[in-house]
This record gives sequence, structure tokens and C-alpha cells, in this order.
Amino acid sequence: MGAGHAHRLYRHADSPVHALPPHTKLAATLAFVVVVVSTPREAMWAFALYAVLLATVARQARVPAGVLLRRLLIEIPFVAFAVLMPFVAEGERVDVFGLSLSVDGLWGAWNVLAKGTLGVAASVLLASTTGLRELLLGLQRLKLPPLLVQIASFMIRYGDVITDEMRRMRIARESRGFEAAGVRHWGVLAKSAGALFIRSYERGERVHLAMVSRGYAGSMPVIDEVTASRAQWSYALALPFAALAVCLLGWTL
Amino acid sequence: MHVPDGFINAPVSAATGVVAAGALALSLRGARRELDERTAPLAGLVAAFIFAVQMLNFPVAAGTSGHLLGGALAAILVGPFTGVLCVSVVLLMQGILFADGGLTALGVNITDMAIVTTVVSYAVFRTLVKVLPRGRRSVTVASFAAALLSVPAAAVAFTLIYAVGGTTDVALSKVATAMVGVHVLIGIGEAVITALTVGAVIAVRPDLVHGARGLQQRLKLRVNGELVDAPGAAPAPARTSHRKVWITGLVTSLVLAGFVSFYASASPDGLEKVAKDKGIDTRTKAHASEDSPLAGYGVKDVSDARLSGGLAGVIGVGVTIVAGSGVFWALRRRRSADTSPASVPEGV
Amino acid sequence: MDAVTPSAPSLEVSGLAFAYPDGHQALFGVDFSIGRGERVALLGPNGAGKTTLVLHLNGILTGGAGTVTVAGLPVGKRHMAEIRRRVGIVFQDPDDQLFMPTVREDVAFGPAAAGMKGAELEERVATALERVGMEAFADRPPHHLSFGQRRRVAVATVLAMEPEILVLDEPSSNLDPASRRELADILRSLDVTVLMVTHDLPYALELCPRSLVLSDGVIAADGGTADVLSDEELMRTHRLELPFGFDPRSVTMGA
Repeated sequence: MGAGHAHRLYRHADSPVHALPPHTKLAATLAFVVVVVSTPREAMWAFALYAVLLATVARQARVPAGVLLRRLLIEIPFVAFAVLMPFVAEGERVDVFGLSLSVDGLWGAWNVLAKGTLGVAASVLLASTTGLRELLLGLQRLKLPPLLVQIASFMIRYGDVITDEMRRMRIARESRGFEAAGVRHWGVLAKSAGALFIRSYERGERVHLAMVSRGYAGSMPVIDEVTASRAQWSYALALPFAALAVCLLGWTL
Repeated sequence: MHVPDGFINAPVSAATGVVAAGALALSLRGARRELDERTAPLAGLVAAFIFAVQMLNFPVAAGTSGHLLGGALAAILVGPFTGVLCVSVVLLMQGILFADGGLTALGVNITDMAIVTTVVSYAVFRTLVKVLPRGRRSVTVASFAAALLSVPAAAVAFTLIYAVGGTTDVALSKVATAMVGVHVLIGIGEAVITALTVGAVIAVRPDLVHGARGLQQRLKLRVNGELVDAPGAAPAPARTSHRKVWITGLVTSLVLAGFVSFYASASPDGLEKVAKDKGIDTRTKAHASEDSPLAGYGVKDVSDARLSGGLAGVIGVGVTIVAGSGVFWALRRRRSADTSPASVPEGV
Repeated sequence: MDAVTPSAPSLEVSGLAFAYPDGHQALFGVDFSIGRGERVALLGPNGAGKTTLVLHLNGILTGGAGTVTVAGLPVGKRHMAEIRRRVGIVFQDPDDQLFMPTVREDVAFGPAAAGMKGAELEERVATALERVGMEAFADRPPHHLSFGQRRRVAVATVLAMEPEILVLDEPSSNLDPASRRELADILRSLDVTVLMVTHDLPYALELCPRSLVLSDGVIAADGGTADVLSDEELMRTHRLELPFGFDPRSVTMGA
């Protein structure tokens, strides 16, 4: 994974969604997902409307439907879980094609599938329209504790470096004829993991030296700040507000 | 097991979010104690390491493979506070960047996978390191036990969260059985890998293992001080030789306890069954409102009996483990005086 | 550089001795002085104490005997921020040095930590990047650059602090010949004092008129680079070896 993965998720384009300040997008995505999660599952049409809303955003952001759908695959483990639900859940049962299924379980499966999918789709839209750097700036702007943002930022900066070291170690192992084939090889792999930890930690110490050498005294200087205009906020928040309207309808109807 | 959106209802998600935020605030402070002003770069690099090592596949058999979750490893290597921070940052980034785990479920995921694993594993680790003789082997053994328990502990925590805020009415005993059962198995893998990895680090840079710091300083003095041997620092002699037996017993009991409860809970016991029968008829009415943000607790009233049945399973596992280790610990204390070292088999 | 006494040398090290907490002693009384604008190579075998010495120059390691003075200012707790601004260390692995998400932010880190911001900061960053020919890469993440480019950005991060003395740890390691030459051109074009720690003897000869040999924690030789490299006895004693076929006497020096 690491930053490399993130790069694959990010799609460069010149769209109004890409141009939005990152913290407005983060806030909008979070608000949208909260609204979706709070919607009663019986209001099936509401989820269809949410999907339409997301599709509109995707269109605006010029994220092709195929890309979006492919990235939904990350959900598969939970689809499996959802499929199980009707069989294991309690309560009133109904016969479908000769199988006795729990009504509550069916609703539960629908609930998890619908909300989970919408959640993943919203996150994917966020990730594909916002670069790594911007995301960090957005988190910083949303008043996440600075130390946490710094840790995240170092993690992203060095994710690739460390993944690369791990890959080199694997190549070195394989060049010497080692093929990890089962539990008995765990010792060798764990040694690699241990070595990787030592390298990472020592690199952390060296990075710290480099920082101290350039005047670091415990807090990072703020070099970039992102700001958003009123118009940008209202553009970004159009999504969660539209969703909220749908949600309220879902509760009243 | 990144929980997606919609799995846990809104109020409970929010509540776990508050728990997670509080724990993070505490960890931020604690991490500064562990790493002083080096916190940001070191924790960042360790987070990157956890990230990378989760991709390192450990082949099990026939094409299947497992990977490390890393909570226990982080806690042992860099301390509990930094460990919580590192794993949380990994989860946060996975949620935002890869849509791995829902944004509203972030609180659940952090509570479960960052906080519970780290705290449980560190508590187990420190306790064992204190009890066991000083030495590398003890650290390895303690890491094994810590990682072994941390994974089912997370599963138990998840089950509890599900009990309060689950959106689907699955019998808790089933959730508990599935979660804890599967995770005891995962825990064994996690334990072996963690122990081996900690062992590998300790062999090369013992000073880097946070959980073993007090321990290693003394060893180091002895190694380097050719002229000035570390005199008073040697551990009390009475505490050493018998520990291996008892830790072997301790770990075996833990593993057994885990297994026994796994199999035991696979067949529902009487209490649960009764509860289930009772539960069915009282259930259906609650459905319409169940998903409302306020309904999370309503479910509990209806299925009180069943809840207790399910909880019994969960608590059973915990109690077995605690009791098992407690008995062995007590035995160790009483007998360590008269067991002869010669009859002592080597540790795990 | 207002506080600088005009006559003071850029760097003065006297009687510097240091032992690590584990008892391993790395420096046994090091004395040397580097005048303003000089380019000096610090040569020595592995384990001679070169890195330990470098870490003393900006006060990361302290607590041993002896003193280090940078342009008249003693290295110590009192002036630490100023010392770290004046001594710019370029570490061996540019990945350690470039820890910020983009090149621009990385170059800005030092001056920003010293309290600079706004247009002044932007200009400082632009100038530093220009001096190493990397101005077109300002918004790129460091890990998208080639190794040679990263090394140049690393130099820029330090130049942005307008240091009194530039300390480079193995600047030519892992560079291909073209990048190696480009870096040499850049270093030659700078008007700062340079101390270059290196194993690359031809590079030392090319760039530094003067060389110090550090061996077993003391300065074993101090003189013209060509003379040092031609002294076969000295070279052998301190495990310094020239590349095959390289004869320092046959090289005509440009600078």
C-alpha cells in the first residue's frame, strides 16, 4: 500500500471538485457518510437517491464510472459477511427459493451493503480527487492534532521508501534461492521484518538528526495553509445538505 | 477486519469516536514521554513500518497466507502510547486514502484495532516480563503471549461494540463465536510472527525494544563493562531459575484456554438456547425503529436474556484465560521455592 | 552574517575528544581550523570518527572535551539555534534529509523553523533551488526525483539557511558520473566554506585544494590535497587507496 497505492487512487484532472480546498472536501465527505449511516434502512429509495448524488459528484469530478466501480472491490470481504447475515440472524423467517432466511438478516445485509457501498464510494471519490499532500493540509486545517498530522505526513513520506526496502530484501532472499513456502519459513520472514524495523527506526533517528540540524525544536513550522472561500464551502457542502434533505424525507415518509 | 460504514449504528459509532479521540489525546501526551521531541519522525517511521509489514505475506499452506496486524508488535517495540498513535494513523490513512474501513466507523476501528490490541498486549507483555527471568527468551515468550491475546481481545471488544450498536440482530453468541474463534486462530499466527520479529530485533539492537528496556540496560552493562562490572544491578538470584517451567505452563494454559473456549462455544449451551427461544417472539416489533439513531439501546431490552447468553460466551473465554493463568501464576509463586532446577525442562 | 568577526575562521576545532555513552571512544583530540571560503576535504578510513566529528560541528553531539567554534561563536547550548543555522550539514542519504512532502516545503523547513515566512520565505526557497538548478521541481514530492536530483535538493535545503559553512557527508556516493559532475559544478559555484567528508579521493582532488586525514580519532595529516594523495606512505598507513590507474601527480588542477 503506502503512498504508492494512494497515487494509484488519485486521478489527476481539472475539475471543480479537484479544485476545492481539501478540508471542505473532507468535511463534506464525512458529513455525507454520517447522514447516510443515520438513514433508516427501510427507506430504500433514499439510498438510490444518495447513489444518484454521488454519481453527480463523480461526473463533476470526471471520475469515470468504471474506475469508481472497480475501486469498490475493496468491499468484497463485507459482501461475504452480508450474504451470511440472512442465514444467521434471528427473528421472523421467510422462505426464499426454499431457503429459510431471517427477515431481519435480509434487512441487515441490505443495510450494511447499501451504507457500506455508499461510504466506500464517497471515500473513493475523495481520494481520487485529492492529492496526498492536500489531504494532509486538509487534516491540519480541520484541527487534527498537529503531532498526529506530522506522524501521518512522515508515514506517507517514508511509506514508499520502506516498502522499497522490503522489496529489495525480498529480492535478496529470492536471489539466494529462498522461496517462502510455508510456516517453517516464518523465521526467515520475521528476521526480515525485524531488520526492516531496525532500518525504519534508525532512519527515523537520522531524519530526526537532519531535522534538528535545520533548526527543529519540537514543533513543525507551518509552511502552507489552505483556506476556503464561502462559495467553495457552499459548493462542497451541497452534497451533504442534499443528502440531509433526503434523509429527513426518509424519516418522515 | 476494517469495519465499514453502516455496520454499527450512528450513536455507538459516535461514542467510540469519542473514546478513540480521548485515547489518542492521552497517547499524544504519553508518546512525548516515550520519545520526547523525536516523536514525530520516529512514530511516523514506525507507522510506515507497520504499514509495510502488513503487506509482508506469511505463507501458511496451499497458497493461503496471513499477514501481521501489528498492534502488539508496535506496543512492544515502541511502547503503548506510540503504538496506539502509529496504528491509529495507519487506520486513519487507510480509511481516507484507500476507503479501507468506513469513515464513520473510524472510531470503532481505532478503539478495536489500535487501542484494545495495544493496551492488552502491552499489559500482558509487561506483566510477563516482570514475572519471568531476565533474558531474551522471556521477552520472546512474553511477546508471543501478548500478541496471542491481543487479537481475540480485539474480537471481544468488537463483539461488545456490536452488542450495543450492531445494526443487525445476530445472536451475540454467534458473533462472539465467529469473531473470537476466528481471531484465536489469527492470534496464533500473529503471536508466532510477533515473537519471531521481536526476537530478531532483540538479537541485533536490544536497546530498540521499548518493552525490554529496563531489562537490557543491565545486560548491556555487563557486556561492556570489562573493568567495571555492573555490581548491584544483577537480578535477585532467587527469582530466576524456576520461571521457565511456569511460563511454559502459563502459555500452554493460555493457548489451551483459548482453544477450549473456541470449541466449547461452537455448540451453544443451555442458557443461550433458552434465551434464543424466548427471544424469537419478542423480537419482531422492535424492527421498525431499530435503525433510528436512538434505537441502539432498545434492542438490548428485548433481547436481554439473549444478550447475557452471548456475553456469557465472551466472558467465558476471558475468564478461562484469566483463571488459567492466575492458577498457574499462584502455583508458580508457591512452588518456585522447592522445585529443583534440574528437573526443569527448557522453555517454549 | 552580521555577528561574524571578520577575522575569525569559519570553523575552528581544538582538542576535541569524545566517547559514546557505551564507552567507545571515537575522537582523541582533534585540532584544525578552516578559513572563510576554503574548500576542505576530510578523508579517512571507515570508523575513523568522521561522522562523530561532523555531528559535533552543529552540536548534535556534545559533552566531550575540547571546543568547536563557528565563525567566532562557540558551539554550545546558548547559541544552538544560531549554530545550526550557520552549519549546514548535508547527510549522506538524501532520503533522510528530505522529510517533507514536497521539495519546496523541504527547502523552506530550515528558514521557516527560524521564523521566516511569507514572500521572504518564498524568495529564499526559490534562490536556493535555483542555485542547484532544481527550481522546476519545487512542487514535486522528493521520492519522485532521481538520486542525483535528491542530493541536489538536499544541498538546497541547507543553502536556504544561508550557512557559514557547508558540511557534506559523502556527497558523491551513489551518483552516476554525470550527476557527480553536475554536483561538482554546483559546489564550485557556491561562495561558502565547504567541508567535504569523502572516500572519493579523485573528487576531493577535483574540488578541494586542502585535505585533512582523520585516522583513529586524530588528524593524521593536513595539507594540499595533491600532496596528501601523493604521499604513498601516509596513504597506506591510513587505509586510503586511490582508484586503479589514478595518479594525482598527472592531474592538472583547474581550481
